[in-house]
Amino acid sequence: MNAVEIKQLTKIYGSSYALRDFTLTIEAGRVYGLIGPNGAGKTTAMSILATLLAPDGGTAVVGGHDVIKEAAAVRRLIGYMPDFFGVYDGLKATEYLDFYAAAYRIPISKRPQLCQDLLELVNLSDKADSYVDLLSRGMKQRLAMARCLVHDPAVLILDEPASGLDPRARAEMKEVIRQLRRMNKTILISSHILPELAEMCDNIAILEQGRLVANGTVEEVTAARQGVRVLKVDVAEKLPELLEYVRHKTGVVNLDGDAGWARISFAGNKTEQGQLLREIMDQGFSVLEFAEVKGNLEDAFMAVTGEVEV
Amino acid sequence: MKELNPVLLKELRQRFRTYRSPLVVLLYLLVLGGFSLGYIYLRWRSAPAFFQPGSSKEIFTVLSMAQLGLLAFVVPGLTAGVISGERERQTLNVLLTTELTPLGIVVSKMISSCSFTALLLFATLPLYSLVFMFGGLAPLQILGVLGFFLVSMLLYAAIGVSCSTYFKRTGISTITSYGIVFFLVAGTAFLSGFIYTLYQQQAQSAMIKLQETPLIVQLLQDTNPVMVVLRILGENATFGPGREMWLPYWGTYTVTCVVISVVLILWSGWKLNPMNHNRKLFR
Ligand SMILES: Nc1ncnc2c1ncn2[C@@H]1O[C@H](COP(=O)(O)OP(=O)(O)O)[C@@H](O)[C@H]1O
Ligand SMILES: [Mg+2]
Repeated sequence: MNAVEIKQLTKIYGSSYALRDFTLTIEAGRVYGLIGPNGAGKTTAMSILATLLAPDGGTAVVGGHDVIKEAAAVRRLIGYMPDFFGVYDGLKATEYLDFYAAAYRIPISKRPQLCQDLLELVNLSDKADSYVDLLSRGMKQRLAMARCLVHDPAVLILDEPASGLDPRARAEMKEVIRQLRRMNKTILISSHILPELAEMCDNIAILEQGRLVANGTVEEVTAARQGVRVLKVDVAEKLPELLEYVRHKTGVVNLDGDAGWARISFAGNKTEQGQLLREIMDQGFSVLEFAEVKGNLEDAFMAVTGEVEV
Repeated sequence: MKELNPVLLKELRQRFRTYRSPLVVLLYLLVLGGFSLGYIYLRWRSAPAFFQPGSSKEIFTVLSMAQLGLLAFVVPGLTAGVISGERERQTLNVLLTTELTPLGIVVSKMISSCSFTALLLFATLPLYSLVFMFGGLAPLQILGVLGFFLVSMLLYAAIGVSCSTYFKRTGISTITSYGIVFFLVAGTAFLSGFIYTLYQQQAQSAMIKLQETPLIVQLLQDTNPVMVVLRILGENATFGPGREMWLPYWGTYTVTCVVISVVLILWSGWKLNPMNHNRKLFR
């Protein structure tokens, strides 16, 4: 059975396409990664699935229900976690979950146990009585994940749940997602970093400028992307300018940056890699380090950021 | 008993957990009480020997005008951020994906802010009873004034909530709500006076006398809160010789307030539904 069927989905803002004939089918029980650089249309696609945005063309069906005509039925089926979200001030974690449980019309007698179980699932039991606005970002993110699960939805739509988290919080988030997978949920999860999703997804779809450019199992997609290496570039200054400059170079498939260093997914051989370095230097960037990152990217990321505060 | 609406419960929880709400109630009472006491003091200074029923009615009028002014000030401020605030703190999207309907969300926000304002209103009742003790007004008039405040509050809250739904930013929504409420309180009175004067001058130059108040003038003064509350209190606050209307002035006022509020609330519910957003009407 297919949990999600997206056909020719199109969304236009002004004169530019945020999504263009996006077609995707997700089997029930699968973990599907949606990957693409910023502005590729991931959030747009997920908002449409979450019944928060009306598409300009095409259809999206979740669990057999059309997102436009049967929005209420779709809402009951999905748990949606936006890329950016806020929490209410002056509410404790249990009250926060209780509020959403009530909003999903869960009987009052079942809620205390449910909230407790959910907090346990996301490893926040010790924060049950803490005010949500005072939790750390990673904890808020996990609390939001618990919130998604309040009504036991069959399909989860998680928009960049790991973005902006430090490595430890990322690892914890991944652990939660692995658990959900064991619970047989259908999960659509987005990220702008391919390796981040590769290890926890069954399938992967790559979006670029609103179009689907690759789709298949992790092995298929990564094989198609063979020869893509990840480069770590350290510059003394002008990182944003570097990112902007590199973005449009041939061979650059993905880009990511953090204080002082850029991570570039680069499709090309060693010669072209050297050429890229030369071009960057010619632009006047003072490069401190230019190296290929090998192995698990999450590990590499850990190595780059060093010891991170808990 | 059916459980309290989740949004309402949450708001009450948040509202009464901070110091802000009791502070607002306290300030409200202080302003209103100070105003009336100051007025009583001034009256007393000019004629210290007695305090007659006639001036108790005057105080009641002053108190009611002050109350109206405060409501027009507090209610838009309280409601103009209820939806846009959720949008700004990025909680609206998630709320819309729950089983709460957009209209349900709007209505609970209305109930939540109206119940707080109603609390303010009822907190001032002791002040009224003080005035009432001296006599000079019929109980029916007092009930009328209370009803008047409740329907006015409903309208101002509906205006605030719909501005909050329509405008993305709370700042703009607040300014617009205040603008609209200000027009309703002062603008309609001015307009009715202005239009009536025009009619009068025209009649004068035609050497006739106006037999009845023009319809537009009558409608404006029947829906102007200041003139309506003054009339409830027995003052003669009208332009023109009067006119046969379908409803008595307080009926016109109540029906107008309730109908506009209901329309605004329904429209907000429709507007809040994200699926209605991009449907272009002319395409
Ligand atoms: N509300 C909006 N108004 C105009 N353009 C928008 C809006 N939302 C998104 N876009 C545009 O649509 C494209 C896709 O955005 P988005 O779906 O947020 O990408 P992603 O989540 O993959 O980073 C971007 O080019 C963005 O600028
Ligand atoms: Mg996004």
